[in-house]
Amino acid sequence: MRVVSQPVRKKDAMALVTGKPVFMDDLAPKDCLIVKVLRSPHANANILSVKTDVALKVPGIEVIYTWEDVPQERFTMAGQTYPEPSPQDRLILDRHVRYVGDPVAIVAGENEACVDRALRLIKVEYEVLPAILDFHQAMDNPILVHPEDNWVVLCPVGADNQRNLCASDESHNGDVDAVLKDCDVVVEGTYHTKANQQAMMETFRTACYMDAYGRLNIFSSTQIVFHVRRILAKALGIPKSKIRVMKPRIGGGFGAKQTVVAEVFPAFVTWKTGKPSKMIFTREESQVASSPRHEMEVTVKVGAMKDGRIRAMDVYTLSNTGAYGEHGPTTVGLSGHKSIPLYGSLEAHRFAYDVVYTNVMSAGAYRGYGATQGIFAVESAVNELADRLGMDPVELREKNMVREGQVMPAYYGEQTNSCALDRCLERAASMIGWKDKHPCRDMGNGKVRSVGIAMAMQGSGIAAVDVGSATIKLNEDGSYTLLIAAADMGTGCDTILAQMAAECMECSVEDIAVLGADTDSSPYDSGSYASSTTYVTGKAVERACAQLKERILEVAGEMLETSAEKLVFAGDRVETLDQSASVSLAEVGFKSMVGNNHALQVTESNSSPLSPPPFMAGAVEIELDKETGHVEILDYAAVVDCGTVVNPNLARVQTEGGLAQGIGMTLYEDIQYDDKGRLRNNSFMQYKVPTRLDTGRMRVEFESSYEESGPFGAKSIGEIVINTPAPALAHAIFNATGLWFKELPITSEKIAMGILERSKNAEKTPF
Amino acid sequence: MKVKIVLNGKTREDEINSDQLLIDYVRSHGCYSVKRGCETSNCGLCTVFLDGKPILSCSLLTARADGHRVETLEGLQKEAEEFGAFVADQGAEQCGFCNPGMIMNAIALFRENPDPSEEEIKEYLAGNLCRCSGYEGQLRAIKQFLEYRRRGGESCE
Repeated sequence: MRVVSQPVRKKDAMALVTGKPVFMDDLAPKDCLIVKVLRSPHANANILSVKTDVALKVPGIEVIYTWEDVPQERFTMAGQTYPEPSPQDRLILDRHVRYVGDPVAIVAGENEACVDRALRLIKVEYEVLPAILDFHQAMDNPILVHPEDNWVVLCPVGADNQRNLCASDESHNGDVDAVLKDCDVVVEGTYHTKANQQAMMETFRTACYMDAYGRLNIFSSTQIVFHVRRILAKALGIPKSKIRVMKPRIGGGFGAKQTVVAEVFPAFVTWKTGKPSKMIFTREESQVASSPRHEMEVTVKVGAMKDGRIRAMDVYTLSNTGAYGEHGPTTVGLSGHKSIPLYGSLEAHRFAYDVVYTNVMSAGAYRGYGATQGIFAVESAVNELADRLGMDPVELREKNMVREGQVMPAYYGEQTNSCALDRCLERAASMIGWKDKHPCRDMGNGKVRSVGIAMAMQGSGIAAVDVGSATIKLNEDGSYTLLIAAADMGTGCDTILAQMAAECMECSVEDIAVLGADTDSSPYDSGSYASSTTYVTGKAVERACAQLKERILEVAGEMLETSAEKLVFAGDRVETLDQSASVSLAEVGFKSMVGNNHALQVTESNSSPLSPPPFMAGAVEIELDKETGHVEILDYAAVVDCGTVVNPNLARVQTEGGLAQGIGMTLYEDIQYDDKGRLRNNSFMQYKVPTRLDTGRMRVEFESSYEESGPFGAKSIGEIVINTPAPALAHAIFNATGLWFKELPITSEKIAMGILERSKNAEKTPF
Repeated sequence: MKVKIVLNGKTREDEINSDQLLIDYVRSHGCYSVKRGCETSNCGLCTVFLDGKPILSCSLLTARADGHRVETLEGLQKEAEEFGAFVADQGAEQCGFCNPGMIMNAIALFRENPDPSEEEIKEYLAGNLCRCSGYEGQLRAIKQFLEYRRRGGESCE
């Protein structure tokens, strides 16, 4: 292919590297009211009174709102297709505050200083209630996080607010208990992952203003413009037709901005006051009051025969959605549906889960979306199984992994029409030098070098739910404009979709201008999440281009006084089949603007009944210091099957970025609450995202399958890449120390203490 | 209070609040490349040059820059473009929010140490966080840029 599969430079790259003003706060109106919220210091409390009279006297303060001022219909901030599976459990401001950080009052004023002063002068009287801080204690606890009777759930997700349940379900195939009983070896483990922060460099932020038509314009750093419009209409109790949502360049999302975290507050202020406003979360607010990963505890039982045949898998997940249910019912599903199907050999499986409300910050969507948590558990259990069987973990996987053409009962019965997982595993193992390095080498200086391995999968969009659309139009100079509502958050989808359009229209990427996303001018798109954009919206681009070509032939046919069937589209021109006559594309463009009845603009939508999984294998080599527990990553080999690689540079960087986040989650990024429910890791001082000294060397390769249902054979890549570091590193640490760590992060301290503990025990009971 | 600062080569006299941070001063003068990522001096996004040396503008009062030269990426467009093109050719700019700070610090590195080793590159830029790229693409870009400079500015492709 000419453009697809080429390492094309991102269309916005030079603006970004030269620091051009393209982000929300660079472009927001300069006279915006500054909006901030007062946050609850209590994990669970009822507000008895809020005194704002003194605060209102601070010069420059425009307005202060409390729970008495906002609409009383509950909504969810989860950016999901309507009807949202997430319960409708939010108010803009609630009298009942449910975690430390829950908004109590909205303050808007001329500048930050006066707003900060007013925040300090608001007097709130609370009735402090006992709180649920341990998610094991949540279900059927007499303390209810959502006791209110206007709590609503629109989908049958097994939710029950009288039991602190946000969702609950069970699914199975075959008799898992019977098969497990019949297995030679059953490995069981419980794996705990924390509520990690996406920690995108640009915090949550939104600016709002009223336009000439009296409509509320929302200018936000969001992945989901259309969902924002719908959610705000409900939250504010105003018609959707009164709202327009646009996004500028986004300073990273990773799922964080698939939830309406900042938007409601300035939107409410601007709607009420008619004045432009903006809200910019501090890093501390982004850490304590946002939309992180769901904390999960995943219990896995995997049963196998002595010969290494894996026959059954039983997975139970307890997920902590926190104070509100955003993405609670859906993330948990992936912990089983995107981990169990990695093994095609299973005779039976069961997957059950409960998602509970607690009095900590609510969770949301974070890259991997539950699959990361489930794959850490399942892949760790399989590595432990290999150890128990005395079998090489690569060999064990080769015997059991899912292969192309297999039906995956745990993945909604979908068939793997494209799967190069076998090649990914083989290549990753050979890149890391598995045969020579497994399991470990003692370096003789207190350090051990060891290797670890894991496989992963994800989806490509949400089957039969996600909608991607593209509008493409011919301009008068023969160039095109592509309008989309998929959100480029740095991932490069503007460029990738332009590459597809350029491939279809036989032109260069420079000939395609991309505009998005804007609910007024873009065609509908669910938004950029669930690894959907390349696969779902990409197909819409392909279709729109095919339609536009036909339209161009019609106009050219009139110009050349012949029928469209006798013409051929040749990129920069249209010519007759015998090449005797032609018109340039620019001439067709001009013609479309003079005496023309055929709009040279086409919109197409696409929704796929399938969600073809991308697959990958990751292998890591570490050097572990037995004295300090320090883990240094020497080499990370990652091999990905994302179908056709649309842009090798961008796919490689996606992979490296995902690995780095996975490494951070595994080794460094901790979430710790004190006994009052206050988050300790509330800044980059305490929440340690990896620096370039912490991530080690990464090598990325692709082993492509071809996905018939995807554009040019492509699947997805954005999320899967975060899934292998946790199990691969835990495996390498086991191979270095003989200790299985089942709770993340596996800090140096935990490793050093684990080694110490074991040597103490060995002294006590010499064997 | 009054300050006199040479911002990107242009002398400016301003009346400022004494508690104003340098990041807010430069942004108020249209230097939007300077970003705030953390408020705790951890991320490096707000890096500017004070008398030619990289500093964190979120952790310096504007008053401290009185009588000094301040440069942001807006004043270093040629260098930003020259090196930035190598970042762009890796796709390593990604969301771009951390780029200006990283590129400022990279320019400082190239001036200070024209032939840095891989370890020196990583250490010099360790204070520049990036959540998108995993840093490897940035490292490839830096190595290729250094190679390009060693060849006297000719492309190494």
